[in-house]
Amino acid sequence: MSIWKKALATAAVATTLMAQSAAAQDVKIAIVVKALGIGFFEAAAKGAEEAAAELGDVEIIYTGPTDTTAEGQIEVINSLIAQGVNAIAVSANDKDALVPTLQKAMERGITVISWDSGVAPEGRMMHLNPSSNALIGNTIIKLAADNLPEGGDVAILSASATATNQNIWIEEAKKVLPNYPGINLVATVYGDDLADKSYREAQGLMATYPNLKAIIAPTTVGILAASQAVTDAGKIGEINVTGLGLPSEMAGAVASGATKSFAIWNPIDLGYAATMISYNLVKGNATAEPGAAIGMGRMGTATLDDANEAAMSDPFTYDASNIDAFKSIF
Amino acid sequence: MTAPAPRIVADRLNSRLFRATRSWEAILMVVAVAVFIGNTFLSPYFLNAWNLSDATFNFTEKAMIAFAMAMLIVAGDIDLSVASIIALASTAMGLVMTAGAGVPVIVLVGLGTGLICGAVNGFLVAGMGLPSIVVTIGTMSLFRGIAFIVLGDQAFNGYPPDFAYFGQGYVWWVISFELVLFALFALIYWAILHRSTFGRAVYAIGNNATAAQFSGIRVQRVRFILFLMTGVMSGVAAVCLTSRLGSTRPSIATGWELEVVTMVVLGGVNILGGSGTIPGVVLAAIIMGMVTFGFGLLNVPGIVMSVFLGILLIGVIAVPRLLRGK
Repeated sequence: MSIWKKALATAAVATTLMAQSAAAQDVKIAIVVKALGIGFFEAAAKGAEEAAAELGDVEIIYTGPTDTTAEGQIEVINSLIAQGVNAIAVSANDKDALVPTLQKAMERGITVISWDSGVAPEGRMMHLNPSSNALIGNTIIKLAADNLPEGGDVAILSASATATNQNIWIEEAKKVLPNYPGINLVATVYGDDLADKSYREAQGLMATYPNLKAIIAPTTVGILAASQAVTDAGKIGEINVTGLGLPSEMAGAVASGATKSFAIWNPIDLGYAATMISYNLVKGNATAEPGAAIGMGRMGTATLDDANEAAMSDPFTYDASNIDAFKSIF
Repeated sequence: MTAPAPRIVADRLNSRLFRATRSWEAILMVVAVAVFIGNTFLSPYFLNAWNLSDATFNFTEKAMIAFAMAMLIVAGDIDLSVASIIALASTAMGLVMTAGAGVPVIVLVGLGTGLICGAVNGFLVAGMGLPSIVVTIGTMSLFRGIAFIVLGDQAFNGYPPDFAYFGQGYVWWVISFELVLFALFALIYWAILHRSTFGRAVYAIGNNATAAQFSGIRVQRVRFILFLMTGVMSGVAAVCLTSRLGSTRPSIATGWELEVVTMVVLGGVNILGGSGTIPGVVLAAIIMGMVTFGFGLLNVPGIVMSVFLGILLIGVIAVPRLLRGK
């Protein structure tokens, strides 16, 4: 056999192999994150892989820029368009700047959704919020109530008085208060998302309301400062600190018992749900339009509102039983 | 006593072709071809007209600034405020857009802001005699700071549809407006640097500013003009990038100053001034763009690209020294 024949034969085999792998027709779903190397997004990628394993015919491309810039994400998205991926699910660094590029992707037949951090409506088919304001408002009250079977006084330690997110959540929480008889909201104070001010406000709450049973802090700075204040005052077991926090920061408070449980979105679920939705949209199992219900596998279904946005679920509750698994993630 | 044999002094030591093959541009050309061939083999998606066209956006805007920056660096100066000029120019464009200005006014404001920023740098460096690296590190914070004060965490969007042409439009088939602009500026800057007395003055200043001064070159005026040029080119890039993004945020073009300088140095321009060519910068821009795109197609994380560029850059500085045996 001459060297040319060998080369030809090799080429033929290679071509056949390539043709075979292409024939598998995997659905290529790209998970584009704000930047690589962030624990939260690495966890989301884990969830995406979990969804891919469940679906079988899915290939996940987990990618993103080195820095959290819109320009970097655009370069990444351009290369994904070039590869002819079936879907792009992006957590955007800039809700406006990505629009032209994502529109180009959609023009070329690619399914585009945003998750976590959204893209303006004209640049995506739908957006998946980790949770909704109503669900968050309900969760923070429920977390306090679950540990107060007899009811009691609770207070809210928020970020700044003008913080849009926190104000909406507190408003939603107040709406559901009647559903939790015995829970008595005595005060709302503001720590401005500064550790020292939040700490002092928590001390103030304990001094002003001797019967206080729980402090609810719907902010990661506040919950950490409040649990420290409760620990320092020697009131662990007497006052439970709860709200929204990060597992990595809250592991100590959960171990000491200052915080029995707290909540935040689960990035693994989020990556899983974004992948499931992308898959269903690619396969034509659902259409992204107001009112549509799109399957999210084990996470149930996402129902789109008028702006084509959906909420995934209640915030995920972290306590002594699962904190160790998550504290290294984010 | 016989007359000594006539001595022949060659006016060129080697043939033009021989020197050309030994030039930095030739090495870059080989690298560019290698990158092209490599990408073609590594990814089935690379050799596709539309994909390649999309990939050019990775470098066109930065390269336009790099042309002006190359001349500035040849003259022995540097401008690290270019990315911040983009931010400020884009913010100014957003302000007049919000006030209801049409496309021509928006573009003129973008270019004008670039010119003014360039003039500020030029005045501080050439007029007041301050070192350019210090001045432009200062204005780097200043210009972007103003953009942040105006916008905070907000963004301007809602540019007129016609405005999208500069960053998203195509002149013919896959040839984008930005690509045409890139080619046009490459020619213009080639002519200025390599075919004009101004270009000669730039080299003279870069090699020995004092000697240039005594040769009758108005050194400070040339340096001032060079800063104006980088300013205006940053304005041009601001128009293109703002149009491509369809919006303005104060963090626009973050970190581009170093990418532009990298492009220039990779293009064979001596960072200490005195030498360098525009074709070198053109090749460097294409190489950087195609390597980024190729890595993207293979879904290689961006950090690997940064490592690769770092090695390439150190290689660029080291290879000529090693060849000279130092």
